Amino acid sequence: MAEVEETLKRIQSHKGVIGTVVVNAEGIPIRTTLDNSTTVQYAGLLHQLTMKAKSTVRDIDPQNDLTFLRIRSKKHEIMVAPGNLAFHFLVKLSFCFTR
Amino acid sequence: MFPASTKTPHKQPRKQSISIGRGTRKKDEDSGTEVGEGTDEWAQSKATVRPPDQLELSDAELKEEFTRILTANNPHAPQNIVRYSFKEGAYKLTGFVNQLAVHYTQVGNLIPKDSDEGRRQHYRDELVADSQESAKVVISETENLEEDEEPKELETEPGNQTDVPAAGAAEKVTEEELMTPKQPKERKLTNQFNFSERASQTFNNPLRERECQTEPPPRTNFSATANQWEIYDAYVEELEKQEKTKEKEKAKTPVAIKTGKMAMRKLTSLESQIDDITKVSQAAKIVERMVNQNTYDDIAQDFKYYEDAADEYRDQEGTLLPLWKFQNDKTKRLSVTALCWNPKYRDLFAVGYGSYDFMKQSRGMLLLYSMKNPSFPEYMFSSDSGIMCLDIHVDHPYLVAVGHYDGNVAIYNLKKPHSQPSFRSSAKSGKHTDPVWQVKWQKDDMDQNLNFFSVSSDGRIVSWTLVKSELVHIDVIKLKVEGSTTEVPEGLQLHTVGCGTAFDFHKEIAYLFLVGTEEGKIYKCSKSYSSQFLDTYDAHNMAVDAVSWNAYHTKVFISCSSDWTVKIWDHTIKTPMFIYDLNSAVGDVAWAPYSSTVFAAVTTDGKTHVFDLAINKYEAICNQPVVAKKKNKITHVQFNPIHPIIIVGDDRGHIICLKLSPNLRKMPKEKKGQEVQKGLAVEIAKLDKLLNLVREVKTKT
Repeated sequence: MAEVEETLKRIQSHKGVIGTVVVNAEGIPIRTTLDNSTTVQYAGLLHQLTMKAKSTVRDIDPQNDLTFLRIRSKKHEIMVAPGNLAFHFLVKLSFCFTR
Repeated sequence: MFPASTKTPHKQPRKQSISIGRGTRKKDEDSGTEVGEGTDEWAQSKATVRPPDQLELSDAELKEEFTRILTANNPHAPQNIVRYSFKEGAYKLTGFVNQLAVHYTQVGNLIPKDSDEGRRQHYRDELVADSQESAKVVISETENLEEDEEPKELETEPGNQTDVPAAGAAEKVTEEELMTPKQPKERKLTNQFNFSERASQTFNNPLRERECQTEPPPRTNFSATANQWEIYDAYVEELEKQEKTKEKEKAKTPVAIKTGKMAMRKLTSLESQIDDITKVSQAAKIVERMVNQNTYDDIAQDFKYYEDAADEYRDQEGTLLPLWKFQNDKTKRLSVTALCWNPKYRDLFAVGYGSYDFMKQSRGMLLLYSMKNPSFPEYMFSSDSGIMCLDIHVDHPYLVAVGHYDGNVAIYNLKKPHSQPSFRSSAKSGKHTDPVWQVKWQKDDMDQNLNFFSVSSDGRIVSWTLVKSELVHIDVIKLKVEGSTTEVPEGLQLHTVGCGTAFDFHKEIAYLFLVGTEEGKIYKCSKSYSSQFLDTYDAHNMAVDAVSWNAYHTKVFISCSSDWTVKIWDHTIKTPMFIYDLNSAVGDVAWAPYSSTVFAAVTTDGKTHVFDLAINKYEAICNQPVVAKKKNKITHVQFNPIHPIIIVGDDRGHIICLKLSPNLRKMPKEKKGQEVQKGLAVEIAKLDKLLNLVREVKTKT
């Protein structure tokens, strides 16, 4: 349990991460670092999208499963990792590394 | 009613016929198409006007006689009415069609004299007009009225009297009103109603509603989708259940059952608790890796795809491209003392932390990093004493054997979350009295027990076996310094104990192994002989830091030492084949897994040297400072078994991952027509060739 908390903390403190949200199987956010309204919005929308994506992947091949989902937009990147009982996603600023 | 007749077309005036309407018709014809009374006179004064569209007919035709018949048929009535008969299920022609045509109706006010209403009115009129008329007339009329309604014979007389009070409460309002002014006639009037209405009303029972309602059955909405994968999941679950039942049946030995059940119980109880958490932890792990992937995206891309194009122009030299850097706060002041890649999970490697400094001995740590997550280790273990060496079991990649500075050895089980080692040696169980410099897993012994070897400065090479969760040690060899048995004046022979600092087991010959010592000697030993060495090599002037058998060639091994040299040997020959002087104490040397002629060495001045004997026998093809500050000494190096990367550990607790440029990984060019031969044979041949050259030189000299 503590490990998970630690991991979440580390993720949150990582460079470029804006917020993390942990969502349970029904789509209710359990843990979040964003404000309430944003969290609820993200949770609702992304939950459906992730279910759809998972369903798609599994429909194509039932032995396959969704590992993670990245949504890159102009401003941010949203990363969703589905678990069996919980989803976990975070919003991150995308960086452009130049050499 | 208008007689029905068909209209004749307008023609010239013709013979008079019998039909009635002709006379008037004539006038109409004269006026042409316009028919109207008003226009008749107007038209008559003028000559006949022929309308332009009038039919042109010849005289014969004009004189033709047409007979017209008047019938009483309604021209507008349909001639054949067909009705659907449900009885017969067919359309039937209605024989008779109603020919009645109604042209005008008006509802009138007349009613027949003899009807009820007529009589009533008449009676009223008579009453009003002639109130003194004889009662008989009235009676007769009323009698007449009564006749209509009910048989009067029975009820006339008695009805009279009863009707009087009843009349007071009677319902017929109109008759009642008429009756009241006429007392004498009333009696008779009451006979008018032959029926006596006698009504009484009983109490209406109060209605009571008694209802009974059962609880509605609980309802829930259920919706589900039946996708292919849901069906698949259901089948898989079913299969698992079946398998479980089968297993339960099979496990019949009592001990097995008990342990099985206990394990099962523990699992089920823990699973339900842990399930929620572990699922999040997995997701969290994945997200962490994703975030790291994003942050280190360019490095990851480099690792996978970047090949230094400049190598083409660099002749034979190569470079090392720095990739990730692994570091952790907790290991800041410790130096990397051991590196080992996991044989199964090729992105996982273990790092042992401790201190080489004799004076500053502190705790030790064991960290396992994955390349997928450079910012945080996957596993972290801490120990009281510095870790000096480690090895991961080939078959059980979760078992890590570790040797400590205080002489203890321990086994960590990565599957178990404890931060403490699963098994530990102790003073009682025969730990070393000096730091353990190297541990190596061996094949399981005959009882399927896990087994590993350790070498230490106390001169003992010990074989540890894990027997029923206890570490049992067996001294394999005691290193004696040959030839240096000091002869104490009393004639006693003191055997100075040699200090082993490194050892390596032969890849194929299981009992054969090499030990490097602090004195700079390398002993070739056999597991079976505990007191004698098979061979001794005077390798170095200072302590041997590492020895390693070649991955392909069975005869060749390499050794490095703090005396700045790296030497390559053929174990049959006492003198080294190749000697390299690296200008600084060499911390570690490692053969490359992909080629028999490539090896890397790291020195304390922060440089990494990569040699490829097939390309350049005398010099390194890559000579690169890898660590930032010059005070940073590199302590260990390891090649990744499959990826073209090496990890380098320094004494600040950092691990740097470097990618080998293409020049460093050159495979022998395939000649045209020949297949690309890879594998042991080629590698061995390559090295043999080189060795032969050297040997020839040696034999010559």
